[in-house]
Amino acid sequence: MLNLLLIIPAIGALGILALPHKKSSLIKNLSLAVSLITFILSLTLLFQFDSQMSQIQFIEDKIWFEVGPVNVHYHIGIDGLSLFLVLLTTFLFPISILASWHIKTNIRSYMFLLLLLEMGIIGVFISLDLILFYVFWEVTLIPMYFLIGIWGGKQRIYATVKFFIYTMASSLLMLAAIISLYFLNPSKSFNLIEITNKLVNGEIILSPSVEILLFLAFFLAFAVKIPLFPLHTWLPDAHVEAPTAGSVILAGVLLKMGTYGLLRFCIPLFPQASLTLAPIISLLAIIGIIYGSLVAMVQPDMKKLVAYSSISHLGFVVLGIFSFNLISIEGATYQMLNHGLSTCALFLMIGMIYDRRHTHLIEDFGGLAQVIPRYAALFMFFSLSSIGLPGLNGFVGEFLILQGTFLENPGHAAFAALGIILSAIYMLGMYQRVFMGKVHHEQNRLLSDISTREIIILVPIVIMILWMGIYPNLFLRKMDSSLQLIVDRIEQSRESESYRVELIGN
Amino acid sequence: MQYFWILILFPLIGALLNGIFGNRFSIKISAWLACSASGLSFLVALNTFWEFLHLPVNERIIKQHLFTWIQSGNFVAEFSFLLDPLSMVMILLVTGIGLLIHLYSVEYMTGDNGYYRYFAYLNLFIFMMSLLILADNYLLMFIGWEGVGLCSYLLIGHYLDKKSAGDAAKKAFVVNRIGDVSFILGIFLIFTAFGSVNYLKVFETVSHRFPQPIEGFGILGTITLLLFIGATGKSAQFPLYIWLPNAMEGPTPVSALIHAATMVTAGIYVIVRSVALYSRTPDTLAIIALIGTLTALLAAMMALVQQDIKKVLAYSTISQLGYMFLAIGVGAFSAGIFHLLTHAFFKALLFLGAGSVILALHHEQNLLKMGGLKKHLKITFYTMWIATLAISGVPFFSGFFSKDEILWKVFNSSLHGGTLLWSIGILVAGLTACYMFRLMFLTFHGQEKWDSHNTNPSHFKKPSGFIKLPLIVLAFFSVGAGYIGLPGYLGAHRLAEFLAPSLKYQYFPQITSAVRHDHLFQEFSLTIIAILGALIGIAIAYELYIKDTQIPHVLVGRFSSLYKLVHGKFFIDELYDLVLVQPIKKGTQIVLWQSVENKIIDGVVNGTASTVQAWSQKIKRIQSGYIRTYAAWILTGTILISLYYYWMSNS
Repeated sequence: MLNLLLIIPAIGALGILALPHKKSSLIKNLSLAVSLITFILSLTLLFQFDSQMSQIQFIEDKIWFEVGPVNVHYHIGIDGLSLFLVLLTTFLFPISILASWHIKTNIRSYMFLLLLLEMGIIGVFISLDLILFYVFWEVTLIPMYFLIGIWGGKQRIYATVKFFIYTMASSLLMLAAIISLYFLNPSKSFNLIEITNKLVNGEIILSPSVEILLFLAFFLAFAVKIPLFPLHTWLPDAHVEAPTAGSVILAGVLLKMGTYGLLRFCIPLFPQASLTLAPIISLLAIIGIIYGSLVAMVQPDMKKLVAYSSISHLGFVVLGIFSFNLISIEGATYQMLNHGLSTCALFLMIGMIYDRRHTHLIEDFGGLAQVIPRYAALFMFFSLSSIGLPGLNGFVGEFLILQGTFLENPGHAAFAALGIILSAIYMLGMYQRVFMGKVHHEQNRLLSDISTREIIILVPIVIMILWMGIYPNLFLRKMDSSLQLIVDRIEQSRESESYRVELIGN
Repeated sequence: MQYFWILILFPLIGALLNGIFGNRFSIKISAWLACSASGLSFLVALNTFWEFLHLPVNERIIKQHLFTWIQSGNFVAEFSFLLDPLSMVMILLVTGIGLLIHLYSVEYMTGDNGYYRYFAYLNLFIFMMSLLILADNYLLMFIGWEGVGLCSYLLIGHYLDKKSAGDAAKKAFVVNRIGDVSFILGIFLIFTAFGSVNYLKVFETVSHRFPQPIEGFGILGTITLLLFIGATGKSAQFPLYIWLPNAMEGPTPVSALIHAATMVTAGIYVIVRSVALYSRTPDTLAIIALIGTLTALLAAMMALVQQDIKKVLAYSTISQLGYMFLAIGVGAFSAGIFHLLTHAFFKALLFLGAGSVILALHHEQNLLKMGGLKKHLKITFYTMWIATLAISGVPFFSGFFSKDEILWKVFNSSLHGGTLLWSIGILVAGLTACYMFRLMFLTFHGQEKWDSHNTNPSHFKKPSGFIKLPLIVLAFFSVGAGYIGLPGYLGAHRLAEFLAPSLKYQYFPQITSAVRHDHLFQEFSLTIIAILGALIGIAIAYELYIKDTQIPHVLVGRFSSLYKLVHGKFFIDELYDLVLVQPIKKGTQIVLWQSVENKIIDGVVNGTASTVQAWSQKIKRIQSGYIRTYAAWILTGTILISLYYYWMSNS
């Protein structure tokens, strides 16, 4: 089952390469069909998923290649953490493809890269072999690099170089850490489940300094991807230059690879180091929340504003993860999905207005609510989702993160809550400048309101935002047992630490 | 009976229909849809009330569970409703006044090109407000709490092309959010301390764990303070009241419904709802009494010098809300709700009357350009006078009874300085009578100062039945609502008796007999003083605005610095701008954006990048095409091997 989610986009990508590049509508329709089939198949996971089971499900494990003593497995599976990230990915790809309908230049390569990217991202979320994971991690880099570099805006080369250097440099360290883990493992394998188990029952013992180094090597790769303050400056540039679909995927799922990595690798593999470094990481997350919102406030460009708001939102996720209780971690996982939906919708809508006016500068607009009321109403809806209005999805995530954080450290929660005020200031500030007041620019009077294709793109997101805001249980209950495992790992480590302290004290 | 909650569904459906399909509806259908949604809500509320009255007193708590909303770990927030006397009273008020204002809006908003949008938001407001009232836990209530804030935001900004309306809307939302953050922190602490956010569970725990009121603050005091700060945002109290005067940018019926009668009283409602907590934290109550008194006084002074008819009423609302907080602060919870009720009627009436004046004068709001309107707007004139007498505390009108009860309770409170608060209360009552009579004199009496070229009386928009009916109904209640809470020397306080089951978790201090002794006589004599206060206020207004209209100018000249201070609204907006808004804006722009982000963080990155680029220039030839080859290899390899194993595993 899980195999198909990798194979179908891959075959689709190759199939598109085989088509003549002039048949652009065939290419578009085929890509859409491939992504839709992938999405429908991924839905069956939801029904077959056993939410009582905390272990990984749908496991496939085959040897991929053996070189001497090194054997790398094609080892995949999902649990309550990755299930919805996979679903989010397969949900957003048909939407991104629909949002790329107007692309004219080199549509064949464009769709090829998008489907390749889909395969890569799904691969990241389901890999259980460290090398396989690393390969997929890098695979996602390349299509995104070209999507921005070829179909991007004016400053695209600068943006791609920045994006590439940041992510490449940090992921090399992760590779080093993966190889070290391999050598530390007595049975010499890259099997994540096996390594985790051996760390839990003491077959692999890491000295505190080694653990911290390994943690940092993984953490750096993830922190860049998230991005965590102060490693974030590649993101606004990448977003502004990226084509709409690029922004959607980047914000929607690519950033989540970072927070996913924290929960899948950093904490279960190195709980002690996670505990040790949590105060610093939480601090960076809180700075990110406030800094991101403040800087968003002064942005003249809508895309940049939303990009900085992402930094703030992902700060909440990191804070939730490093507060180490079920409520906060579940909130963080939920918030990954929420951010995926609301931010994507905002990027999609900015893309729609860009298609009409070829600008996303705030000052080029004003008074749009009178000209395109439907567009304005939808934009308001997604803004409200983004600022966490109760009743919509964002609130559930933010609330759980902050409630969980509050239980650990009320001060952290109080400072992070300032982000809630600031988010209202920057989002409603942008809304006011774009949609309210008088129409300043004559060409804006001729804008056409939202089209049927655009409504088809947005309505599924509207439905999900409402659903996740009003009835989150469907999602949360499937996450419970897998996330509880992560919390247990930390708790166990906390206990052994205090035990050790006691021993030393005696 | 247990289906009472369906009353929240009608306005939701109405809002959705008008919101989604409204641009295809004629204005008649939009209006009809919204009004019937609101009307059905009110009918269900009435019917529920009827059945409710037939229940024995101790069974008047009805719970209805729909589904579990948020659950994670040991945190649970249900989507369930709680109907008890307190929510019953509030829901009747909201759906009832809501219906009247829907009807009024049918006429008032005619000709507006956002007609369906307006009614969609108005329906949405009724939904959110009902949710706020009927929720059975703090978190569900918070949906309504922020939801009414959203509706308020959308309706203040209704006139899309007015920049001032957009600014006011954003200001309202942001200031409210400051309060909301405090509120949500309060909820976090409630869950942390008591393991639940469900009202009854929390109250149960609190009354067990704290049999006696606590000294100082502690956890309970911090919770009550945090919730109160939230209430100062929503109910426009010092120092977060600054959004309400600006909120007058919205259409006038909105000001009547949201910014006078219902939404702004949500803060009062929440505190009375949490009586189990507040009655055990006397220090918080003292702060509430202080803030309430201060707000009542400052706002009444500001109301005295406003020239915009709606601004006078806005400051008056702030001042009256301060009165309600004062009541709560001295532990007179049901008196606070009583004043909330009577105020809702007369203040809604005053706003609707002002709306009718504004409509007649083609959107003139300046009091100095009115005058002599009594001949032209008869119904408005009479009904507004009834409301004015009510708010001024003239005997036998509703405001008299509710205000007197508060003042009497303040006088008798165990609070240090209770007598001082009482005398400020009397002063505020005098000021209230004064500014309200000033408003009425300037609007309806004296010379006609409106521009007779543009606004010929024959061109006056004559109010139709849609406008007259709400005025008359509200006028009736502006008198009648007082009789549900008669003082001890006249009869029974039916409202207090009705509300009693909702306040059963309250901590009741032992009443010493000395206080109870002779209380009827004392209550009566205090009433006489309060009436005198009001009469003095009325006399001053008469002297200044009817007899000798030159005196105000003389006074302004003589006390010019005081006048400037009050007229400048004590420069509190300016202070916020200077101390908070500008430093944050400029600091972010100059320090964070220009220096930290672009010079420091990006400087490091770009430095690295250019070094890398310099190197890559040297080894360009070897590197060219490398990434693509890399990509192709990884892709082909992955696909082939995946395919191989997929085929293997299936065979």
